[in-house]
Amino acid sequence: MSDDDGIVLTEEQKRRRRARSIAIALSLGALVLLVYLVTVVKLGPDVLRRPL
Amino acid sequence: MSLVSEGADLTKPLRAGLAEPSLAGVEDYVALLKPRVMSLVVFTALVGLLVAPGHVHPVIGFTALLCIAIGAGASGALNMWYDADIDAVMTRTSRRPIPAGRVRPDEALAFGSTLAVGSVLVFGVLVNWFAAALLAFTIAFYVFIYTMWLKRSTPQNIVIGGAAGAFPPMVGWAAVTGDVSLAPVLMFLIIFLWTPPHFWALSLLRADDYARAGVPMLPVVAGPDETRKQILLYTLVLAPTGIAPTLFGFAGLLYGAIALVCGAVMLLLAWRVYRDRTGPAAPASARKLFAFSLLYVFVLFAALLVDNGLARLGFGL
Repeated sequence: MSDDDGIVLTEEQKRRRRARSIAIALSLGALVLLVYLVTVVKLGPDVLRRPL
Repeated sequence: MSLVSEGADLTKPLRAGLAEPSLAGVEDYVALLKPRVMSLVVFTALVGLLVAPGHVHPVIGFTALLCIAIGAGASGALNMWYDADIDAVMTRTSRRPIPAGRVRPDEALAFGSTLAVGSVLVFGVLVNWFAAALLAFTIAFYVFIYTMWLKRSTPQNIVIGGAAGAFPPMVGWAAVTGDVSLAPVLMFLIIFLWTPPHFWALSLLRADDYARAGVPMLPVVAGPDETRKQILLYTLVLAPTGIAPTLFGFAGLLYGAIALVCGAVMLLLAWRVYRDRTGPAAPASARKLFAFSLLYVFVLFAALLVDNGLARLGFGL
């Protein structure tokens, strides 16, 4: 597939896409951290003291 | 500064099936969330959450506020997606990301829908489903009832649509208690009755803009004098409603005194708007009422928070 078949992004468009990608990555990372923290809070310290 | 001149050639026809490359920056997506509206939503939701009886773990409370903030932002993005045609012809909104050409409408729709569904689901799973359902209702009310239906069809648009902005303290309360009682209903009523004087004061100043965009705001449809009368009438109902939390025993005298003074100032400014109909005094009075109305709702909710905090510490009046 040659370059003519698709859209060639300008440097500005690449820069903005990179910025958007980083923002999405940070948001997803924050969501994972939030779910982890809420899980710890909801389970509490008894999480390690369960009947086997 | 034109973004097109920075290198993107949007004049070339694109092959069918290929989307145009996006020029949206992160700051454009942030603008879609209407951060200034979000600040009022987050603040009133925070007050609802903190004055609710019972205890909520700070992490759960933070999660609730985050979901409410993102839900409000999603509503803003969906509003900007649907109203891009109106925004383009109004001076106040013509620089928003979609009419300015920096964000494509489908990008805004995808962004808003994802955040709306995501905020409700995360709220439900991590906090509680009753509060999540209230948040979902708030978003749906703002997008479907206000934006898509009322805004373009009736001068009562912001009266009924104002309910969407009044729900956040109720959602914050429900995040802690899992239900709704009289106190959050009073907080809802304060914002609900505050919305018409606040927005109509602004619309008196921007009537030409709204007329050009074909939005049937009250000054455009019924005229500025009728709007001034309605502002005064709503403020007459708002001022006593502001004191209601004290009268119903949900807040103390400190809050009651502050609400009384602020209500009196609102009434005085609304009266001036009603009185000053011509000359430079007319827009000046509307501007003053608009500016004070913003302060009014912040001060009342801050007073509610302080009053409640003092009562919990045993210093309640």
